[in-house]
Amino acid sequence: MADRHRLTIRSIDPDPRGAAIATAAAHLGIDLASPVAVADVIHVSGTLDDDQRTRLAGALVDPLLQHGTWQSPESDGVEITLLPGVTDTAADAVLHAARQLDIALDSAANARRIEFEADVDAALADEVVRRVVANAVIERWGHGVVDPPVLDDTDNHPTAEVITIRGLDDDELIALNTERSLYLDLEELRVIRDEYERLGRDITDVEIETFAQTWSEHCAHKTFRALIDTTGGPDGPGQVLPLLAQLRDCTDAIDAPFVRSAFVGNAGVIEFTEGTTIALKAETHNHPSAVEPFGGANTGVGGVIRDVLGIAHRPVAVTDILCFGPADLPLDDLPEGALHPRRIRDGVIDGVADYGNKIGLPTVAGAILYDPAYTTNPLVFAGCIGTAPSRPIHDGPFAGDRVVVLGGATGRDGIRGATFSSATMDATTGEVAGASVQIGDPIVEKLLIDALIGAEDLYSAITDCGAGGLSSAIGEMAEGIGADVDLDLVPRKYPGLAPWEVWLSEAQERMVIAVPPEHLAALQARCDRVGVRVADVGVFTGDGRLIVRHDGQVVVDIDTTFLHDGRPQRRMTAELPAPNRTDPIGRHVIDPAATILALLAHPNIASKADTIHRYDHEILGATVVRPLIGAAADGPADGVVLADPHAREGIAIGIGVNPWYGLHDPEAMAFAVVDEAIRNVVAVGADPDRVALLDNFSWGDPRRPSTLGELVAAVEGCCAAARVYNAPFVSGKDSLNNEYVGADGQRHAVPPTLVITAIAHVPDADHCVTPDLAEPGNVVILVGRTEVEFAGSHLDLVQGAPDAVGLAPAPVPNAPVMYRNLHAAMRAGLVVSCHDVSEGGLAVALAEMCLAGRLGARIDTLAHDDLVTALFSESCGRLVVEVPPASVDAFMTIIGNSAMGNWATRLGVVTDDSLLSIAGIDAITIGELADAFNGDHRAGAR
Amino acid sequence: MIAGPGTNRDLDVRQALELAGATTEIVLASELVERPTLLDAAGLVVVAGGFSYADSLGAGRMLALDLALGVGDALRRFIADGRPLIGICNGFQVLTAAGLLPGALGHNAQGRFDCRWVVLDPVPESVSIWTAGIDDPIHCPIAHGEGRYVHPDPDALHAAGQVALRYRSTNPNGSVADIAGVCDPSGVVLGLMPHPENHIVARQHPRHSRGGGGAEHLGLRLFDNGIRHAKGL
Repeated sequence: MADRHRLTIRSIDPDPRGAAIATAAAHLGIDLASPVAVADVIHVSGTLDDDQRTRLAGALVDPLLQHGTWQSPESDGVEITLLPGVTDTAADAVLHAARQLDIALDSAANARRIEFEADVDAALADEVVRRVVANAVIERWGHGVVDPPVLDDTDNHPTAEVITIRGLDDDELIALNTERSLYLDLEELRVIRDEYERLGRDITDVEIETFAQTWSEHCAHKTFRALIDTTGGPDGPGQVLPLLAQLRDCTDAIDAPFVRSAFVGNAGVIEFTEGTTIALKAETHNHPSAVEPFGGANTGVGGVIRDVLGIAHRPVAVTDILCFGPADLPLDDLPEGALHPRRIRDGVIDGVADYGNKIGLPTVAGAILYDPAYTTNPLVFAGCIGTAPSRPIHDGPFAGDRVVVLGGATGRDGIRGATFSSATMDATTGEVAGASVQIGDPIVEKLLIDALIGAEDLYSAITDCGAGGLSSAIGEMAEGIGADVDLDLVPRKYPGLAPWEVWLSEAQERMVIAVPPEHLAALQARCDRVGVRVADVGVFTGDGRLIVRHDGQVVVDIDTTFLHDGRPQRRMTAELPAPNRTDPIGRHVIDPAATILALLAHPNIASKADTIHRYDHEILGATVVRPLIGAAADGPADGVVLADPHAREGIAIGIGVNPWYGLHDPEAMAFAVVDEAIRNVVAVGADPDRVALLDNFSWGDPRRPSTLGELVAAVEGCCAAARVYNAPFVSGKDSLNNEYVGADGQRHAVPPTLVITAIAHVPDADHCVTPDLAEPGNVVILVGRTEVEFAGSHLDLVQGAPDAVGLAPAPVPNAPVMYRNLHAAMRAGLVVSCHDVSEGGLAVALAEMCLAGRLGARIDTLAHDDLVTALFSESCGRLVVEVPPASVDAFMTIIGNSAMGNWATRLGVVTDDSLLSIAGIDAITIGELADAFNGDHRAGAR
Repeated sequence: MIAGPGTNRDLDVRQALELAGATTEIVLASELVERPTLLDAAGLVVVAGGFSYADSLGAGRMLALDLALGVGDALRRFIADGRPLIGICNGFQVLTAAGLLPGALGHNAQGRFDCRWVVLDPVPESVSIWTAGIDDPIHCPIAHGEGRYVHPDPDALHAAGQVALRYRSTNPNGSVADIAGVCDPSGVVLGLMPHPENHIVARQHPRHSRGGGGAEHLGLRLFDNGIRHAKGL
């Protein structure tokens, strides 16, 4: 056994991580009177002399910034080390440094050391470490000097087990289901049993895990493919087409000329400019983020980037939409076993920033929503878009192509992630799900991009290794053609992995490609240059069977037709909602001016600058409209626009999401968020006739008929909106079972959360429009109709909802014509600034335009007789525009130029008096608006 | 352009160099170590930004180790010939860690990665050939978590003409004496944390549609200077 050495590295100036810990603890009500110190500890094992230790320390310690010592500390402290098998990039760097210095090391590990002052006792120190520093899912910690855990499975050579499935009755099948956490339906287990009785043999553990993964809700979208009986509809009981079929049919019906590929492969593909295509995809990573926020969000971003790489496009931007519980939730109200929302938020944002920043993509568009319902079920939506020269989409694999795995090595990380994501969580989820959490390594994925972009002619098919690992990636590629792979050829992080673990592992940063043998050498050369590992693990056979070998034994032998088509279609029951569509109910507001400030300060509306500045939104130099805009770069933009420095045309990205409408009218909500996403891209100058959409549903347990009914209604709303706007859905993802059963047995489900991402073509990126008011004397005009629609409004969130809430914002059938006219007015150069009207209504839109431009506005006319409705209703299809006086007539002609009448209302003028003055309410200064909007966040909400 | 595993602003730099009239080649540090003579063909060298080796154990240190051990002498000859070398963001961190520029870059004072636009004042007394003749402030973004410039004696550094760029009004990371960029004693090596390569056309400026930025504030001018100097050799 070689000697162990530990190098403790301390920052000379106070390490900001110490202050961050104290702040985070204080936010949870744990007050540390004394400062906290943080040190890094590098553990190495090997035979080292003093000279070698000095040279190694010389490479790892910067004398201007740090002290390093090989002496073990005397002082008390808590040391945190990663669990065996968790990605440890710092350890890799130590090994790299040692190699460069010709120092032989057996192993390295990196740890953190937290040192508290004497007045903090061990119990309090533990509490702080557990609550805000370490996570038992991936780390362990102890007091004093802690050695890193050593993983020694060298002598452990697990083999595949045969599991008796023939002859099992329903109870025994259910027992098997629970024992192996398969999360399969009884009907599905019966079908598998019958198949193996037909085959005349029992099933291997690798095979049954393959079925559990392939047939998981996460991978098979059983609910979206289910036959659904409906009750409670206007015409009584009925039946609806599978939801996925509805979305596909709707896209086919729209038949947009720019769609290249929809609902197949890893991402949707649309034509952008002549000779260029865009790939777009958005994913959810909810369950992993709930138990390990950093790793969950980190790998969520990594996964969706691989989706775009997995359809042969170069990733160019990342989006993120995050839903959390209230940041100020008292610790006592936190359900057993759940992480605090603030901890989840900080970890998730760190995870998104870490991946996007390191891989070198701008994280540009997004949203952050807060609601108590997200406390135990945080939602993390990560999206990615990519571009590529137009080329035929890969149509392999073909018989004889090699099965090649690129990228990271395989470990015991992410085992059963796909099935875990399909389950309801409870207080023990953190422990049992530990193995299904991964930590990403963005640099490895960056190298995959470097290796694969430009290699499109070297492979016939490509997919990413995400949920389900090799089982999913190779299993799907092999559909109908078959593959024969040998697990012994898959690179391992460490020995001792069971065959089913290698097959199912969701170790990150891996891609699978089908390579014609004659291209293997060229591919190997490309990968060697940038440092990407290549593993040729088998061949696509052509016989339609999925064969997996381990230690010379066949451990999987499945007919791919049965694997992919053998699953019985689910038949489900939906109880359709019966929303109020007839009785509008207004609101009373005692002090409108104070209410405007309260709305601006509401966490959902207030500035997200704290988060936005954590993301690199400038890299690639293509960001034309940024998430924050205006005189002080603190105004919220609607959509963002990307355009290469020398390109005329650009890409606009808009987001629509509003779960609060969904609580009252899921169908109207779906229409409203499609409208919002499109409104956001139109507002910045995109062409409303060239919009493509992504849908992401995060719902509760669909086996509850009322929950499924809300899903059915939302999908109908999506399809209706897509048809009205002529905007096709090209890809989507559903995440169901976002529920948590508390220790009290209470079920906590998320509200119906539908995120719509709109990607649109911007014809002239030199003349994008932003919401900041520009010129005193210009005229402020509201486009769109205002109705009495307050159900789910943010006015209700800040002042409480009445018992009878009235109507949620209704679909606006005329909106497409209006947007087309507005776009024409923008192309004609008539619009100086533009802002969409959404949460908080017209009042918030005006306030944001004022603070963004640091200019005032005098509003003397409103678009509704009732002041409260005019200011705070959230009717869809509305935007506020700023138009120079000389252009007003021309603007009115274009915008109102329609059989459907004139929707434009001249509200007032831009002023230089730094006041938002609205007739009938107290004037508000720009300073007050900015303080309300920026306040909490400028102070640093972390 | 020298890149390591995790270098990610090489494409941005390439756009800037080519707009400024250079032809570019991206060479991996590993390739350069194998063939140091690749430097002979270069009139100008950029170490671009990113997260080389994930910035594990300190930004830029592993790539610095590769270069210092592998091509340290060749780089010193390159500099001795008066050929211009620039390290941007992670590249700046690499050049300080490799001992080719003075000082070091620590974690931002606020303890977080920060991305925002800043205004840089060229220091008139600087001997840097990169900022020579540039009077108007340069507008460009920062995007870093370890950009706090540390130096034991910033006054001496200034007196030696090695302080090339300072942050105007807002110091985003706690750098000593608002220092954003420094050069070597000869002035041919520049290191800076901000990203001039992300402001090469007026449209990239956040306020371009409201009359902000403009040609005199482009980051491109740094590359113009470097290339002009290289061509003059």
